[in-house]
Amino acid sequence: MSQVTIKLEDKEIYVYEGQIYIPNKYAAGTIGSKVLINIRDKKKLLGMRCPECNKVYFPARQTCVECFGLLDEYVEVSDKGTVMTYTMCNESTIAQPVDTPIYAVIQLDGADTGFVHMLGGVEPEKISIGMRVKALFREKEDRRGSVLDIRYFKPL
Amino acid sequence: MADRVAICSAGQTKYSPDRCDVREGDLAYEAIRQVLDETGLTLSDVDSAVTTSQDFWDGRTISSMNIQAVVGAHLSHEDKVAEDGLNAVFAATAQILSGHVDVVLVVSHMKESQAEKALIENAAMEATYLRELGLDFLSTAALQAKRYMYKYGITAEQCAKVAVQNRANAKNNPLAQAPMDITVEDVLSSKILSTPIRALDAKPVSDGACAMILTSGKRAKKITKKPVYVMGISNCYEAHSPGERELADCNALTIAANKAYKMAGIKNPLKDIDVVELSEEYSYQQLMWLEGLGFCGKGEGGAFMDSGRTKMGGKIPVNPSGGMLSGKPNQVSGLAAAAECVLQIRGQAGDRQVKGAKVGLAHGMTGMCGQHQCVMILGK
Ligand SMILES: [Zn+2]
Repeated sequence: MSQVTIKLEDKEIYVYEGQIYIPNKYAAGTIGSKVLINIRDKKKLLGMRCPECNKVYFPARQTCVECFGLLDEYVEVSDKGTVMTYTMCNESTIAQPVDTPIYAVIQLDGADTGFVHMLGGVEPEKISIGMRVKALFREKEDRRGSVLDIRYFKPL
Repeated sequence: MADRVAICSAGQTKYSPDRCDVREGDLAYEAIRQVLDETGLTLSDVDSAVTTSQDFWDGRTISSMNIQAVVGAHLSHEDKVAEDGLNAVFAATAQILSGHVDVVLVVSHMKESQAEKALIENAAMEATYLRELGLDFLSTAALQAKRYMYKYGITAEQCAKVAVQNRANAKNNPLAQAPMDITVEDVLSSKILSTPIRALDAKPVSDGACAMILTSGKRAKKITKKPVYVMGISNCYEAHSPGERELADCNALTIAANKAYKMAGIKNPLKDIDVVELSEEYSYQQLMWLEGLGFCGKGEGGAFMDSGRTKMGGKIPVNPSGGMLSGKPNQVSGLAAAAECVLQIRGQAGDRQVKGAKVGLAHGMTGMCGQHQCVMILGK
């Protein structure tokens, strides 16, 4: 542990730097696995349709939040969509996969929910809500079954 | 409600950017000491403690162990609420209404200065699709702010006015961390954090604690001459992913508020409520929350701000304390909002007293983009 001593008025305060290191496993589940494997192997985006409300969720999910139905009807949604909102980060954090990412919520054609991802290949001042964008996938050998197998969305 | 539940006392620490001189328990003690001193109760009079803290922020799993010694939880009853502190008041109220518990100590503590905010918030994200993107509550709030401003034509100036007004209100609150004399221009020229949010649109890092004693209405009369009653309280949460809800609206807040209003007999919030204390991490949220609470219509938050009605001396003063933007920790904020309403209703709010305040609204939120919302109505 590293440590720092802070002088506070007449007191010496001892503050030390710690870290809790706890690895974890996260099951993507049957449906999540199918979504990620389809992105990795086929560059396909799998959504799920609720037969009750007709709502299409992307990414595919097991239950409908509207009617609590158990879902099993996969539908492919488009790799093209519309920017609903966006933000340009001005400072980076170590959690971010790229420096100063531009995040966006993108409504993919054929989906009723927004997909949160990044924008790229565009001048920041040219981005606008309503802009049409298309997914740019990583090369096959770089795809590992992750949402980051899509590098970003770029203008159509 | 089946019976009356009263707040007998509320205490807060001064809010500070870094209380490195105290451990979590010592910090909580400062607030707890105040409510025990005011009520004349001891920890052995307390039937139950409801604490609120979050493990990641405390850097310790089972974070309530940090304050076990100062809430009387040794060989006694304790529950921990991992959401904003106002939800602990909700739990305490339910315990008292059960009839089996008479005196409840509610405590909320937080040392934001010790934690890595962006990483903790990233760890709060759904693991498969959102976390790997590196999102945190700042970037998702920025997505919400942009959508809100786009959908309803809310301007950066209107958001900046919120930042200015809250810091100005804080000048009359001796417990406030960061009272400031700033202008709209100062806000609009401060550093961009994540478009459209700038540094002065955001709350500062803050440490502090808040404590409260709640009892049955009957018991309260023996403890204090100035009980303040829980008239209505409720909470509601909505979809987690920013893609799975209309980000420009805060429907969960409206649902929570309507339930609390119904319990309290509030028909017209603008007319029936005298003072409002909100929890907002970013300036745009105050405008959204005012809409969600029904003080104005959807998309009218900016115009409502422009009308001056939320100023001190206005029709419905919002955040006399200065709110979170003047420095209040997450987790503590909603409980502190209730504590401010207690002072206002008792007529003990000093230079920031809202004249004749009889009914107050306290609000707390947890999670990204106001995912979880809690609303309480307090009255005489
Ligand atoms: Zn459905």
